[in-house]
Amino acid sequence: MATVKTYDPELLRAERRKRENIRRLKGLGLHALLITILGVMLYPVIWMVLSALRPETEIFGDMGFIPTNWTLENFVRGWQLYGDLTFTQFYVNSFIICALAIIGNLLACSMAAYAFARLEFRGKWWLFAIMLGTMMLPIHVQLIPQYIFFLNIGWVNTILPLVVPKFLAHDAFFIFLMVQFMRSLPHELEQAAIVDGASYWQRYWRIILPLSMPALATTAVFTFINTYNDFFSQLIYLTDTDRMTVPVALRLFLDPSGGSSSFGGLFAMVLVSIGPVLGFFLASQRLLTKGIATQGFK
Amino acid sequence: MVCLGQAKRERELSSIDAANDPVLTASETAKSVREIPRNRTGSALKKADNRAAYMFLLPWFAGIILITALPMLASLYLSFTNYAVIGLPSFVGFDNYVRLFTSDRRFITSIWVTLKYVGFSVPLVLLFSLTIAVALNRGLRGLAIYRSLFYVPSLIGASVGIGLLWKEVFGERGVVNDILALFGVAGRGWINNPTFALPSVIALNVWTFGASMVIFLAALRQIPESYYEAASIDGANAWQRFRRITLPLITPVIFFNTVLLLINSFQSFTQAFVVSNGRGGPVDSTLLYSLYLYQQAFQQLQMGYASAMAWILLIAIGLATALMFWSSRYWVFYGDR
Repeated sequence: MATVKTYDPELLRAERRKRENIRRLKGLGLHALLITILGVMLYPVIWMVLSALRPETEIFGDMGFIPTNWTLENFVRGWQLYGDLTFTQFYVNSFIICALAIIGNLLACSMAAYAFARLEFRGKWWLFAIMLGTMMLPIHVQLIPQYIFFLNIGWVNTILPLVVPKFLAHDAFFIFLMVQFMRSLPHELEQAAIVDGASYWQRYWRIILPLSMPALATTAVFTFINTYNDFFSQLIYLTDTDRMTVPVALRLFLDPSGGSSSFGGLFAMVLVSIGPVLGFFLASQRLLTKGIATQGFK
Repeated sequence: MVCLGQAKRERELSSIDAANDPVLTASETAKSVREIPRNRTGSALKKADNRAAYMFLLPWFAGIILITALPMLASLYLSFTNYAVIGLPSFVGFDNYVRLFTSDRRFITSIWVTLKYVGFSVPLVLLFSLTIAVALNRGLRGLAIYRSLFYVPSLIGASVGIGLLWKEVFGERGVVNDILALFGVAGRGWINNPTFALPSVIALNVWTFGASMVIFLAALRQIPESYYEAASIDGANAWQRFRRITLPLITPVIFFNTVLLLINSFQSFTQAFVVSNGRGGPVDSTLLYSLYLYQQAFQQLQMGYASAMAWILLIAIGLATALMFWSSRYWVFYGDR
């Protein structure tokens, strides 16, 4: 390149300006490309939002992309699709399971993680390896005996099979996540606590847990999203209509007798059903960063 | 990986990072076992904390035994029996396994469907996620917003709602046909056509590439800028910089993402279920392995037969993972940075 052949400052400046312009142009092109890709990707979702907001009869008609007659009737109809049972009940069911799952995961996984990350004990290496190994197991190899067992002790059609495993640290991924985080915490604070005569439990509860807020918050968010979206186990374990959760209830839209004729109601309820996930995600973005910001060391 | 120092750095870069740290941490899985020394002395404690540690691990121990190990053993036993929930299991030896491979045509179909599903979606997800991650890693303004938006499909893609939406999007009157009509192409019902139903489901899986992308992006950001500067001075062009610097340095993350995607896609269930209303149709074209297993277990109540299927799946996933680990020594680069 013949860029710096001469030392004429005017030329140099022009050269720099030219390069700057090319760079800016490239940047603009990249933005345009990314926005196009995003547009294509999110188009189905946007289409659904707009379909949910227009009258039933106009959804598949040639009525243009933007609705002319805005309406909320689809939401009302979809919400009450099953007569007496409304989505209120399904949401309550879903949220109860999610809340218990979060509590279970936070408690049980953080306890196990504390042992793996901060304590020395015999067999640690092997147990840790086993823990990592369970992350790769397909649920299918446990599912059938679990189901038969829960059936025999009368837990099928209750929320217990969905919730109790969380209190037994069944989601190894979150143990792993917290181990990674707790390992990085400095030892000084805990040592000071030992000097002050703190018990193991106090060290865990008073020192390590508060410092692990970011990891706990992440666990809570992902437990919520996974549990709320989980379809397989809820489909198997919850059979009564009044016990159904949001995903299991949505499935009834597939049933020809259920009301699949109402596309407006379907779109409206799909939209409402993904709302909590998006909401939780957006809200947690700020919470998570604040968690990190306030828990740092000075 | 998630140390406070890094967390602080990440916080300044964007808010979404915190949410994605877990994903990032997981990329250390393979190394992690090795990282826990067998007898660590650097800890705050000189003597072992055996009793306390086992107390803290109590819930996990109970879980490992009651809801993992025992059911697994029971499942292995059931796979050698004929069991229909009512009555007692009757031992039939290898009968289930023999029947699966010799006289169950739907089983063979489900294997093919699953192999096609995994074989197309994993490479496509890798390709998309890496490409977009590299594009985003060029110091763009609004990076955090882009990343969040690309991540959104991953948040909702596994839900029943999106499965229902997909069914309409690829349906006869769906958006896909609207767009094709703009180009004068006559549409069709994609999701109820035996040829196009599976590609539609694969498309849905590829749509959720954001999770992998976030992991790639985090890895790309750790490559020191000075490497690229040095290469530029030596006259390397953009492709050479990618091929000779970026690609080798992120092979561990490519490896991690591939293993994760493999394990997950082998078990895919919800979307094929929703799109085909639980049947795996049309003409078994979306009969993923998990779906067929579900049908055998919970619709036909063939618990022994389905258990045999579960163990075959476990072995298949184990083999695929082992193959990845074996091959990794030829293409994964664990250099000291």
